[in-house]
Amino acid sequence: MAVVEVRGLSKHFGDVVAVDGVDLRSEEGEFLVLLGPSGCGKTTLLRMIAGLEQPTDGEILLGDENVIGLPPRARRIAMVFQSYALYPHMTVANNIAFPLKSQGMEPGERSTKVQWAAELFGIEGLLQRRPRQLSGGERQRVALARALVREPTVFLLDEPLSNLDAKLRAAARDDLMEFQRRIGTTTIYVTHDQVEAMGMGDRIAVMDHGKVRQIGTPEEVYHHPADVFVATFLGSPPMNLLEATGFLFGFRPEQFLPEGIAEVESDRVPFTFHVNRVEYLGSERYLYGHIREYNETKIIAMLPATVTLPIRADQDHKFSVAADQIRYFDRETGEKIPPRVLR
Amino acid sequence: MTSVAGASRRRYLADNPRFLAGLFMSPAVVYILALVGFPFVLAIIYSFTDISTGNPDLDFVGWDTFARVLEDPVFRQALWNTFWFAIVANLIVVVLATALAEVLTRDFKGKWLVRFLVLLPWVAPVSLATITWLWTLDSIFSPIDWGLRELGLITENMYWLGRPELARLSVVVVQAWRVVPLAAVIVMAGLIAIPSEINDAVSVDGAGTWRKMFQVTIPLLAPIIAVAVLFGVILTISDMSVVYVLTRGGPTNSTQVLSTWAFIKGIEGGALGQGAAVALFLLPVLVGITAVVLRLARRREVL
Amino acid sequence: MTWAETDVQALHRKADRRRRLGRFGLYTAAITFAFVAAFPFSWALISMFKQSSDLYVKGNNPFWYNEPPTLEHIELLFAETNYLTFLRNTVIVGLAVTTITLVLALPVAYALARLRLRWGERMGIAIFLVYLIPSTLLFIPMTRVITNLGLQETLWSLIVVYPTITIPISAWLLMGFFKGIPMDIEEQAMVDGQSRIGAIIRVVLPLMFPGIVAVIVFAFTISATEFIYALSFNKSSAVKTMATGVPTELIRGDVFFWQSLQAAVIIFAVPIALIFNAFLDRFITGFTMGAVKG
Repeated sequence: MAVVEVRGLSKHFGDVVAVDGVDLRSEEGEFLVLLGPSGCGKTTLLRMIAGLEQPTDGEILLGDENVIGLPPRARRIAMVFQSYALYPHMTVANNIAFPLKSQGMEPGERSTKVQWAAELFGIEGLLQRRPRQLSGGERQRVALARALVREPTVFLLDEPLSNLDAKLRAAARDDLMEFQRRIGTTTIYVTHDQVEAMGMGDRIAVMDHGKVRQIGTPEEVYHHPADVFVATFLGSPPMNLLEATGFLFGFRPEQFLPEGIAEVESDRVPFTFHVNRVEYLGSERYLYGHIREYNETKIIAMLPATVTLPIRADQDHKFSVAADQIRYFDRETGEKIPPRVLR
Repeated sequence: MTSVAGASRRRYLADNPRFLAGLFMSPAVVYILALVGFPFVLAIIYSFTDISTGNPDLDFVGWDTFARVLEDPVFRQALWNTFWFAIVANLIVVVLATALAEVLTRDFKGKWLVRFLVLLPWVAPVSLATITWLWTLDSIFSPIDWGLRELGLITENMYWLGRPELARLSVVVVQAWRVVPLAAVIVMAGLIAIPSEINDAVSVDGAGTWRKMFQVTIPLLAPIIAVAVLFGVILTISDMSVVYVLTRGGPTNSTQVLSTWAFIKGIEGGALGQGAAVALFLLPVLVGITAVVLRLARRREVL
Repeated sequence: MTWAETDVQALHRKADRRRRLGRFGLYTAAITFAFVAAFPFSWALISMFKQSSDLYVKGNNPFWYNEPPTLEHIELLFAETNYLTFLRNTVIVGLAVTTITLVLALPVAYALARLRLRWGERMGIAIFLVYLIPSTLLFIPMTRVITNLGLQETLWSLIVVYPTITIPISAWLLMGFFKGIPMDIEEQAMVDGQSRIGAIIRVVLPLMFPGIVAVIVFAFTISATEFIYALSFNKSSAVKTMATGVPTELIRGDVFFWQSLQAAVIIFAVPIALIFNAFLDRFITGFTMGAVKG
């Protein structure tokens, strides 16, 4: 029995199709990430699961029960918004207690649970403060404590880290993962940041224009992308795409290695790489240039700092990619196709 | 599947937006329809009858009542006054309110006191504020007359409320006096909304105070000044208390406006049909002046 | 003319002169406005303490106490007129009208601000248009309606009719305030277990406090200021409000009790002005919010 299942779910806003026939099944206790650019429908999908939007078509099942028509309060879910939506006129303690009060829980039992949730996030000391007195990181923890306190069956998180400073984000990500692992509640997490998605997700559902392009583990979507969109959305810098006769193929910047570094025995496809510009970023080098053999297509190569081989700009270099690392795509549909012969 | 959804729809009525919309809007809408819409219709009906407190039946008389109202020379004076007072008073208001708004958006010592005093005419209830003018313009004891006599400018009192021309001037002054604070507050909101970059650009470009006011500030403020004037016009046209308390429409009906004349005919005189007919003329006056103001504002609109 | 050639000193002096002139102009303007605005009130303030033997002498300096000031007129106002009754009536009507207005206008404002209604925009304009129909147009049929309902000569006549004036403007004001509250918080409350109505009551309304205060002030202002309905419905002294009681009752025949009359005005108007002045800034915020987001 899946905790959350969505079948053929669609949402139309007038002529605009925000979500287009999505099928999704979550596993018990998994951290599922909905990843995609803004406008791809991931937040709309999340909101429909929460009950804040009514679908135009399709079914939503929470634990085998169709919940279409049920308001959010009947769905045993918890949600954290991007802004954290803390109630400004209540103390932290009352914020956390609010879901319990809405259930009609007794004050005694309530304060026990509030204490428990606060301790889980280390915010017991903040219970009497007001939201406006808290820092960004503290607010996030209060929002999580409030979400947790009801012991819901599903957590829905809508880009909760985007409002944090870049420095705080990594630490907050770590806290969040730690917490989810301990609690074990199924979590659906929406983000546009693929680094976040790769780092946190058990599985990632990559979305574009209302459709789910691929669902898989980070390894699966990164190394075996189902189409051009997934291939170029994941990875920074994105996968290099080149056009051969009748099809597209691609490889990742870190897979493009110079002669002298790559093992000679392995089955590798050679290219002549004319380097235009070298960017030295400390932990890696980005090489911007184009491939002579394929219409001077612009590509990027990425060498880790451990590769100290000097590469000079405005020169041709011999580079290669392992044959089994190359991915092939249909030229019209962009979908993955079996390997072809190159040249 | 559908039965679950159907049952939920009934149980969760408190979440249904369409139900809530109906529930939230209907009480107020019904209230307004009953207590504004209905009397409005009634006002039109009354003016086609000869209803009065002596003859409370709704006897349809066609255009008779209107004819009687229009024949009365006082009515024509009242109609003219309603226009004239509104236009003159609000012209004064536009100039003064803009100047006052400029003053109030700057910092200076004693600003709180000035603001308090300047708001008094608006904040005090109309009829009460008018009473202070009643005393200030008194035929015998007016302090203005005293001052003018002491300065040797006049020998005999002016009879501000006793002479028709002066009485009309007085009404205009009092109307402008009480509307300026409200208009100034509205214009102030508009001034604050002008991005500071524009003021900076004007300083750098070297424009003086007057040029800045006429070529930059006023055009940018045009829409908000229009709102202020609209409020002022509505307040002046639909007001009855200033004229009633100050002059009762006198001397010899020279300061009558539609609202006071309707009151005197309809409530004091008991001729309800005629009173209703007189009051109805307020509508075209209101609509007319509103349209003119909006058109003037649109022509000077920026962007 | 190059930079090197310009006489910088002269420019400085000219700028200084202009600034001082500007400052001088500012203070002059401010003082003039304040003087003209307050003049009738200040004259009323002085007169109310004047003895009749001083006041009713044509030649006497009106701004000076030629004979010592007295409190007798104020005592007369409170002891021998219905002034306190007028005050009491105004407060009662104010409270009742505020309640009715809030109960009816808050839901409308919420519906217009939040619920995606097909006719939402048109409704908003319609509400404002209703406000434009003046009481001076409706008062005659309204008087008949009130009489037929048997409410004439009671405070109920005003309590029932004043909301027609306060509801449209309050709805428009409150709409602006509602739009200023983020949807997030409401949705969070619904996810946390509240129905939509529960979310509104527990989470949105507490944040509407400034808007509600604005409505309260407005409703009380109408109750104290409105003239034509009050004059048409209630002719008996016991049910008059401040607005109609003071002008009609205290001007008895030919003998004008001027000092008491002016005292009646000052005692009521000045405290209200003080309170208003304190709240002015919050008012402007509410007004511009309604205008920008409405």
